[in-house]
Amino acid sequence: MTIEQKLVKVGMADLGTASEDEVIRTTGLGSCVGLTLYDPKARLAGLAHIMLPTSAIARESNLNLAKYADTAVPELIRRMVLAGASANRLVAKMAGGAQMFVFAGQSDTMRIGPRNVESCKLALLPFAIPIIGEDTGGNYGRTIELDCRSGILAIRSVQYGAKEL
Amino acid sequence: MSMFDGFHDFKLDVLKEVGNIGAGNAATALSRLLDKPIDMTVPRVNLIQFDEIAERVGGSEQVVVAVFLRVDGDAPGNMFFIIEQKSAKTMLNNLLSIKVASEDHYTEMEYSALSEIGNILAGSYLSSLADFTRLSMVPTVPSIAVDMAGAILSFGLLQHGQMGDSALLIDTAFLEGEESMEGHFFLIPDPDSFEKIFRALGVPSE
Repeated sequence: MTIEQKLVKVGMADLGTASEDEVIRTTGLGSCVGLTLYDPKARLAGLAHIMLPTSAIARESNLNLAKYADTAVPELIRRMVLAGASANRLVAKMAGGAQMFVFAGQSDTMRIGPRNVESCKLALLPFAIPIIGEDTGGNYGRTIELDCRSGILAIRSVQYGAKEL
Repeated sequence: MSMFDGFHDFKLDVLKEVGNIGAGNAATALSRLLDKPIDMTVPRVNLIQFDEIAERVGGSEQVVVAVFLRVDGDAPGNMFFIIEQKSAKTMLNNLLSIKVASEDHYTEMEYSALSEIGNILAGSYLSSLADFTRLSMVPTVPSIAVDMAGAILSFGLLQHGQMGDSALLIDTAFLEGEESMEGHFFLIPDPDSFEKIFRALGVPSE
């Protein structure tokens, strides 16, 4: 075990950044996608717990940028640059986007997990941020944790235990 | 700001009664199935933050057994029947005299039985609600998952996700004293369904 690391928690439809010897975590990703960005040189990490693919469907008056893939990606980049990261050093890893329940008639809502993953990738494209690790899909929940010191993304699930990206 | 901030206590009381009637019927059905007395709590109707919803069943990472049904019809919504793993196994033991093989693994037969229990309970919950409101509420075929509560419940919050960061939830817990089984019914009507429910029950709109 390593020396105690400070933990930064990110809730559902939320985003945050962490630095130096901190660890950033989000729990219980189902159809949501946990998108992490990492600047290896500055040892800065960012994490967004994205719930829905596009803000075009938003009906809320105060838009929560962290909730939608198309708004969360630019906002997370902005926050990381503000914290001292360099946009052209960023690398992305993502996990989640599962289909928790399987139904006979697959409506659009039911396919929300895969759509979240697609939207995240689409939103990363204009920033030319490479996706260097991905553990998405399936039908199970995940908890993820990014270590700022190493940039390693640890993924835990009930059915498949732990893995690292 | 959420569309529900303006709900008066009276409206929340109406929703509590909705939960009472539905869960009361479901608890009776469960009691018959298990041939044991089942108690239920007074429904809790709150607008809760997405993050806090999983706290009701032990936290985001707590592994639970959940039967999910989508409710179609006049007042669509999502419904969960959620029990702890231990309670699920106890229930299987009592109901089917299945000798439980392992604490955290489920056979096809066990899945199927739990799914059917969820189906019966949700059916009785919804049919009593439909009678009460005279709205059509039709459950879809149930789907079962054993996983982290956060991952499961977030699926039922998608419709509310477009409106804000919280959902109005009708939560009723039921308990079986002797073997300390505990479970929850969560009814999460779609945002647009609330007005329909109120209108059907003659609650004046503001």
